[in-house]
Amino acid sequence: MTAFSMTDLATVAPEIFLAVLGLALLMAGVFRGDRASGWISWAVVAGFAAAAGLVWQGGGARALAFDGLYVSDAFSLFMKQLTLLGSGLALVLSIRFNDREGIARIEYPVLFLFATLGMMTMISANDLLVLYVGLELQSLCLYVVAAYRRDSVRSTEAGLKYFVLGALSSGMLLYGVSLIYGYTGTTRFDVLVEQVAGHGAPALGLVVGLVFLISGLAFKVSAVPFHMWTPDVYEGAPTPVTAFFAAAPKVAALALFARVLVGAFGPLVEQWSQIIVFLSIASMALGAFAAVGQTNIKRLMAYSSIGHMGYVLIGLAAGNVSGLRGLLIYTAIYVVMGIGTFACILCMRRQGRTVEAIADLAGLARTHPMVAFALAIFMFSMSGIPPLAGFFGKFYVFMSAIEAGLYVLAVLGVLSSVVAAFYYLRIVKVMYFDEPDAVLDRPIGGTLAVVLAGTSTFTLLFFLAPGPLLARAQAAAAALIGG
Amino acid sequence: MIVYAAAFYVFAAMAIASGAMVIASRNPVHSVLFLILAFFNAAGLFVLMGAEFLAMILVIVYVGAVAVLFLFVVMMLDINFAELRQGFLQYLPIGGLVGLILLVELLFVAGTWVFAPEAGQIVSDRPSGSGGTTNAHAIGLVLYTKYAYPFQLAGLVLLVAMIGAIVLTFRSRDGVRRQRVADQLARGPESAVELRKVKSGEGV
Repeated sequence: MTAFSMTDLATVAPEIFLAVLGLALLMAGVFRGDRASGWISWAVVAGFAAAAGLVWQGGGARALAFDGLYVSDAFSLFMKQLTLLGSGLALVLSIRFNDREGIARIEYPVLFLFATLGMMTMISANDLLVLYVGLELQSLCLYVVAAYRRDSVRSTEAGLKYFVLGALSSGMLLYGVSLIYGYTGTTRFDVLVEQVAGHGAPALGLVVGLVFLISGLAFKVSAVPFHMWTPDVYEGAPTPVTAFFAAAPKVAALALFARVLVGAFGPLVEQWSQIIVFLSIASMALGAFAAVGQTNIKRLMAYSSIGHMGYVLIGLAAGNVSGLRGLLIYTAIYVVMGIGTFACILCMRRQGRTVEAIADLAGLARTHPMVAFALAIFMFSMSGIPPLAGFFGKFYVFMSAIEAGLYVLAVLGVLSSVVAAFYYLRIVKVMYFDEPDAVLDRPIGGTLAVVLAGTSTFTLLFFLAPGPLLARAQAAAAALIGG
Repeated sequence: MIVYAAAFYVFAAMAIASGAMVIASRNPVHSVLFLILAFFNAAGLFVLMGAEFLAMILVIVYVGAVAVLFLFVVMMLDINFAELRQGFLQYLPIGGLVGLILLVELLFVAGTWVFAPEAGQIVSDRPSGSGGTTNAHAIGLVLYTKYAYPFQLAGLVLLVAMIGAIVLTFRSRDGVRRQRVADQLARGPESAVELRKVKSGEGV
C-alpha cells in the first residue's frame, strides 16, 4: 500500500501536462468569454505539440507507473503521437469553420483536449479499470462535440444516438470486465497474460467475458455489426468534428484493441482470432457495398471508415509482429488521408453555406484545380492504388495475413477493395468529367490550404521515404508482442 | 445464522421482484419507485456482506440523487408513455429470443464456475467493523494511493460531464432581466430619491 512516487509522476508527465493545461485554459476561457476561443484553440494545438514532445522525450523503453496501472512503451509512443497529430489537425480545421458558422465557443477546444487526454489514457492503460475510465473520458467528450451544434436537429440527433448506443456498448464492456475479473481475480494486463497462459483450457466464463469486451471495443472502432451509429453520427455532426471522429478516437480504440487482445489475452489467440476475422470480413464487405449508393459525402466517408477498420483488423487477426506492424502503418496513413479528405470536404461551401452532396463536387477540377487534385490523390490512395500511401497500408496488412496463413481473409480483402474502388473513383469522375452547375466559394482559407498541402504531399510522396515510419511501427509492434 | 440466511433471501427476493416490477409496471412513476426499492434491497445485501460503507453510498448516491432525479424527470417531462410502448410487443419475440439465448449462455457459464480453494479464507479475512480497519478506512487507503491515477481520471470525467451539460443547455437569451449588483451598488440617493417640500394641508 505504498503511495506513488515522483518517478510515477514523471512517467505520466504528458497526461498531467494536458490535464493541467485543460484546467488552466478552461479558467482563462471562462473569464475571457467566447471571443477567446480562437487563441484557446491555438493554445490547445500548441499543447498537443508539447505533449507529443513530452511523449517523445519519455522514450520507448517500457516503464510502469502507479503500481502497474499505467504502461509506457514503444507502442504507446507511436499511438500517442499519432493521436495527438490527428486531434491537432482536426482542431486546426475547426477553428475557421466554427468562426464562419458562428458557433465558436471556448468549451470546444477544451473538450477536444480532454477527449485526447482520454485517448492517451486508453493507449497507456495496463489495467481494465484504467481502460474503462479513459474510454469514458474520451466518449463523454465525443458525445458532447457531436451534438455541439445544438440548433441543428441532425447534430442533436447524432449526439443522442451516439450517447445511447455508446452507453449500451460501455455496459457490455463493463459486463465483460466483471466476468474477466471474476474468473481471473485480476484486472492488470500483465498479470492477466500469466493467468491465462498458466492454465490449459481457458474457463468458459473468461471467454464469454472476452467476447463482451471485444463487442464493446468493436463498437468504438465501428466494426460491423456494431457500426449502426457511424453513418448518422458522421452525417449529423459538424464537419470538423466528423474529421476528428474519423481520425483520433479510431487510433485510440485500435490501440486498446491491440493491447488488450495481443498484450493481455495473447495466449487465447485461437479464441479471439475467429471473432476478429468475422468482424474484419463483415466490415470490409459492408464498407464496400453500402457506400455505393450514398449521395452525401460525409455518409460515404462513414462507410469508407467502416471498410478501412475492416482492413486494419486483418492485421490484428494475423496476431503476429508483422500483422501489428501493418495495423500501425495502416492506421497512421489512414489518419493522414482522413484528415486530408475532410479538409477537402470543408472546402465545399457555396455562397457561405456548407454543401455536402457528392454532386456538388461536379467540375471541381475546373473551378478549384488544386483542391480537386488533392481530393483525387486521397481517393486514389484510399482505394489502394500504387504508389500512393494507401497502397502500402493495404500491402503490409495483406502480407501479414498471408504470413499467418489467413488466405481467405487476404483474398476477400483484395476483392472488397476492388468494389470499394468504384465509389472512390466515382468521386474523381464527378470532379474531373462532370459539368459544374454552380461554383463553390473561393478562397478556401490559409490554414485549410496548409493542412491540405501537407497531407496530400505525405500521401503522394510516402513511397520515397517509407523507412522511418516502417522502423518505428516495427519497434512498436515488437514492444507489444514482446512485453 | 438462520436470521442471516433469512435476511439474505428476503433482500434477494425483494430485489429481483422489484427489478421485475420496474420494467413491468405501467405507470413510469411506479417504475422509479420500484427502482428505489431495488436499490434499498441491494444496499441490504451489501450490509449482509459486511460492506456497510458501500451500502450507505448506494443509498446516498443512487436513492438520494440519481433515483430522485429520475423521478423529477419522469414527472416533469410530458411524455406519452403509452405511445412509446406501442412498438414494444412488436419487438418482443426477437428481443425475447436474444434474451433467452443470453440467459442459456450465462447458465452454462455459471455451471462451470469453480470456487478457488482460498476463496473462503479471503472472505473470512475481510476487514470488519470490530477491531481491524473499517470499510471506509480500507477503501480510503487504496483509493488515494494505489488507485490515485484512475481516481483523478474519474474526477476529470465528472468535470467533462459538467462542461458538457453547460455546453448543451446553457444559452444566453435576450430580454431576460438579470440582477446587476454593480449597478445596484452604484446607485446613490441622488438618482433614486427625490425630496420635495410639501406644503401642509395640500398634498402632493
